[in-house]
Amino acid sequence: MLAFLLRRLAATVPVLLVVAVVVFLILRLTPGDPAAIIAGDNASPDQVAAIRAGLGLDRPLAVQFGTWLADMVQGRFGESFYFKMSVNELIGQRLGPTFALATLTILIAVLVAVPLGVLAAWRHGSWLDRCLMGFSVLGFSVPIFVLGYVLIYVFSLKLGWFPVQGYVEMKESFGRFLHHLVLPACALSVIYIALIARVTRAAVSEALNEDYIRTARAKGLPEHRVLIRHALANAAVPIATVIGIGIALLIGGVVVTESVFAIPGLGRLTVDAVLARDFPTVQGVILFFSVAYVLVNLLVDLSYLLFDPRIRY
Amino acid sequence: MDTLVREDSPDPTVIRRPGTFERVRRNTSVRIGGAVLAVLLALALAAPWLGTTDPTLFDAGNRDLLPGEVGELTDLEGKTAPFRFLMGADSFGRDIYSRVLYGTRISLLVGVAVAVVALAFGMVIGLAAGYFRALDGVLMRFMDGLMAIPGILLAIALVALWKASLAVVIIAIVIPEVPRVTRLVRSLVLTIREEPYVEAAISVGTSPVTILHRHILPNCVAPLIVQGTYVCASAILVEAILSFLGVGLPTDVPTWGNIMAEGRVQFTQFPHNVFFPGIFLALTVLAVNILGDGLRDTLDPRFAKRTGN
Repeated sequence: MLAFLLRRLAATVPVLLVVAVVVFLILRLTPGDPAAIIAGDNASPDQVAAIRAGLGLDRPLAVQFGTWLADMVQGRFGESFYFKMSVNELIGQRLGPTFALATLTILIAVLVAVPLGVLAAWRHGSWLDRCLMGFSVLGFSVPIFVLGYVLIYVFSLKLGWFPVQGYVEMKESFGRFLHHLVLPACALSVIYIALIARVTRAAVSEALNEDYIRTARAKGLPEHRVLIRHALANAAVPIATVIGIGIALLIGGVVVTESVFAIPGLGRLTVDAVLARDFPTVQGVILFFSVAYVLVNLLVDLSYLLFDPRIRY
Repeated sequence: MDTLVREDSPDPTVIRRPGTFERVRRNTSVRIGGAVLAVLLALALAAPWLGTTDPTLFDAGNRDLLPGEVGELTDLEGKTAPFRFLMGADSFGRDIYSRVLYGTRISLLVGVAVAVVALAFGMVIGLAAGYFRALDGVLMRFMDGLMAIPGILLAIALVALWKASLAVVIIAIVIPEVPRVTRLVRSLVLTIREEPYVEAAISVGTSPVTILHRHILPNCVAPLIVQGTYVCASAILVEAILSFLGVGLPTDVPTWGNIMAEGRVQFTQFPHNVFFPGIFLALTVLAVNILGDGLRDTLDPRFAKRTGN
């Protein structure tokens, strides 16, 4: 088990290294001299050269990558040009809202998608099944921002049930915190529901064809126990996998949703940093999201042990 | 033995098996998705003749008109004529209907271009990784790394760094799509290269390029077409997201994302600026996805199993 964990951790190293190379290259291949940006318009060429030397930008690319990587590995993401504070601090400030939004979204998605998927598989070909499949194509097609605005229009502007936009800290008032997060989380969860429900349906309907299901029914188990204890339990691995893969969709969705609902999270920060051409912040956020994505999928791999006792690493 | 049976076969007991093309054509999903896309393509191409005006024309007199209201347009010679704003006007007095129709051009162009370019790159890299085992490790580790960066973030970062032109937007959307195509092609090649006819070709000394071209590539075509439609749908979405976030094509280009980005400021008073382009966007992506599902069911039934549908 420990050996597996170490091996699996080691396997993420090349992936993260490629991520680092890509992010480094993207930022270094940019037209425009970062030293000139920092120095401002009135700087003399000597001043720009001094800043360039100070940043190490006059050294060979490979050397630059080495020192840059050493900084990144130690979590030193540098100083934001635009926000005038360290990128670490900035990410720390903005993490809360994003984490809250993502957690609520995953919670809604799993609680809605898994039961729907199981029911659709159980009544394969029924109206429920066909509705769910239709909904899932729709869910993949309607962009989050369009859906977000429809929800705002109906539930905030017309019905007045929810606030239009904004975010309230959890420590301020838990009720208002939740009230502000419901609409964005619903908008964001639709595509995730579509994805998870599809895979749940496929995995459960495959399990339902197995011999042990016939046995379970033959020995007189009630149908809900057959579905949950036997079919769903055996479909857990692909469902966990797709939840992990879906995190990438979720991260992309967070960027859009936070813009629509004016939530001051990491997604909003990404867009602001890109518009301000604040490269240290852009690279910090991308690295942060990528590492989070890789680590979540590592946890998903570990969860297989829990779901399927036959898997022994 | 369908090659022996002619369509006008006199023997009524011989049932002709429909060919691939015919199965595709008869599929309901293909028909619905294809018809909607054909209409959209026609709208995009015929935009100048469909009662539109210049989509970038500012006219202070027509600010914030509601859908269906009639305003006045002034032409270059200073003559004015009444003009009905079918989908209203934005806060600059531009006609939303014209902007949405012209926006269709950008969306369809980006979708198709990204699909073609991503398929081409993914195909070459996937064939190389699947067939030449020495390259496999390096190429696939690189693709794994690229896939670990959430696609929209990668696209946003790429667009942000260069000045956003059409080519830059297309490339920025292509790069995160390539690994997915590569993985698909590689997995197909790994299966196909074990087939007896490939072994036979190798044993008679056929060159790898000929084997890839004549034996392996033709078997990848159907899954690639299916994958291509999904890439196209996702590219149209990502382009709209980039424009919407303000990092895509310059705001003077009418794209659905740009129209929505400008309309969102006044969303609470004038939701039409957001809803009309939004409806077109959702409808287009839905049509491409439905077409893709139809193609998948008819061209490549194995694909359906692989993706769990």
